[in-house]
Amino acid sequence: MALRISDLRKTYSNGNHALQGVSLDVPEGSFYALLGPNGAGKSTMINMLADIVRPTSGEATLFGHDVFNDKAWCKRHMGVVPQEVAFDPFFTAREALRITCGLFGQRLDRAWMDELLERLGLAEHADKNARQLSGGMRRRLLVAQALVHRPPLVVLDEPTAGVDVELRRRLWDFMRELNRQGTTILLTTHYLEEAEELCEFVAIIDRGQLLTARPMRELMREVAGSHLWLRYDGDWRLTDADAEALSDYQPRVCDGLLCLTLTRSGQHASSFHSAYEAASSRFGPPLDAGVREEDLEDVFLRLTRENQA
Amino acid sequence: MRPVNPRGAWTLFQRETRRFMKVKMQTIVAPALTAVLYLIVFRYAMGDRQVPGLEVDYFTFLIPGLVMMSMLQNSFANTSSSMITGKVMNVHIYLLMAPLSAIEVVAAFLAAAVVRALTVAIVLLAVLIPFTGLGLAHVWMILFYGLCGSLLMGGLGLIGGMWSKKFDDMALVNNFIIMPLTFLSGVFYSVKQLPPFWQQLNAFNPFFYLIDGFRHGFIGVGDTNPATAIWVVLAAVTLCVAACWRLWHSGWRLKE
Repeated sequence: MALRISDLRKTYSNGNHALQGVSLDVPEGSFYALLGPNGAGKSTMINMLADIVRPTSGEATLFGHDVFNDKAWCKRHMGVVPQEVAFDPFFTAREALRITCGLFGQRLDRAWMDELLERLGLAEHADKNARQLSGGMRRRLLVAQALVHRPPLVVLDEPTAGVDVELRRRLWDFMRELNRQGTTILLTTHYLEEAEELCEFVAIIDRGQLLTARPMRELMREVAGSHLWLRYDGDWRLTDADAEALSDYQPRVCDGLLCLTLTRSGQHASSFHSAYEAASSRFGPPLDAGVREEDLEDVFLRLTRENQA
Repeated sequence: MRPVNPRGAWTLFQRETRRFMKVKMQTIVAPALTAVLYLIVFRYAMGDRQVPGLEVDYFTFLIPGLVMMSMLQNSFANTSSSMITGKVMNVHIYLLMAPLSAIEVVAAFLAAAVVRALTVAIVLLAVLIPFTGLGLAHVWMILFYGLCGSLLMGGLGLIGGMWSKKFDDMALVNNFIIMPLTFLSGVFYSVKQLPPFWQQLNAFNPFFYLIDGFRHGFIGVGDTNPATAIWVVLAAVTLCVAACWRLWHSGWRLKE
């Protein structure tokens, strides 16, 4: 395993239980998505691995080395893109890379630095002061800083926030290439479509608890269901009583349509027919109906909604 | 974490020295100009008067004190401004994420503070000495107190930077602790001119020993017993550096 986290907990001094015993295995060479709503505990977990936040309890190993006791080794073998943009206003992008590389104890590989600047679209801005860079450029500089010492594990905490579509695409192509060359990548993002496309493994956490951690295909095959949507005439509405009666299907209104979730597993496993009949018995036959397969975003929303309920 | 990353410590030292060299108008030229202004003002205000008890003219007495005060203030500013800017801009996380031990971080910060203090001192002396007959009575005392003063204030700046959460906190430390202590430590007067109570109180102020010892190195006379001064200064520096190491090691006000 590249990263093994066991029963990791964090309680802040204000009493907030940010992580409540999360365990996670990130296989070596994998592209792993760590998903969760804001405040779920993703950044807390990453910051504990990066030695920015102290753990309350729990263990973590990086390629077999204890993250909290063999800090120097682990820090050299991990690159972290922090969620918050951080830049030193005194230095240029090139100087920032040189400094970061040195702080990690590595001799600067100029060819690699130039390649990073090129691949991340920073080459023509390399000698500008970080203050002169746009928000998206600063975020890409953070990515370059996390990669400059060639770590075998890269942790990307929302690396594409504020980055335009074209550069985001280039960034992901680069990350895929690094992953193919053996770099393990742990990614948190709110762009779930990208996570579904890029990652082979996914973990979803919410309120400091792990909801699921498994291969992406397995999650989509076994957990992702579909939506039954039904159209009714204009004065139709979903009352609390209707919602209660249809609660097995997590009813909600989407663009004026009644949407019911058809799951494939778990205690609320449901079928198209039973959902259609339940809706028809409440509202009568619909004007129109159809089925749409759930994507990762739907699964994510459903799991976090179930957890919060 | 044991010392494991000399290249990292060297990089941090370079980062900290380059930082102040990038704004040399503010860090080197401005202190020199301020010191020259002080000298002009005091030269005309005090004339050729002698300092009571030391048999030395006031102008010659004043220069080493001003140089030392600039060294103290600049070494404090180097570490404190780096820390507080880093915290406000969130750049300090790169120091926490890097495989650097507390010893390496503290050594790099303090070495950079000493370099800045020495640079300022050399510039000031180069500007001021041609206007005076200032000699070099004991070079070892100049070097010893200059180095110790820079280390002590660099360390206090590091602690102040760790403690501060915002620029206002840092201004509080600087204006209400550091400035009064350096101004009231005998830069502008001999301690023998003070009432007995204040003379006794000054005996507990390490800045007083630093400034007096540094001046002694130039003019050959001082207000204190040199042996006592050395021990007081060494104890203060040791305590301060040890506190820096301990606080950084524990992540005091840096890690949640």
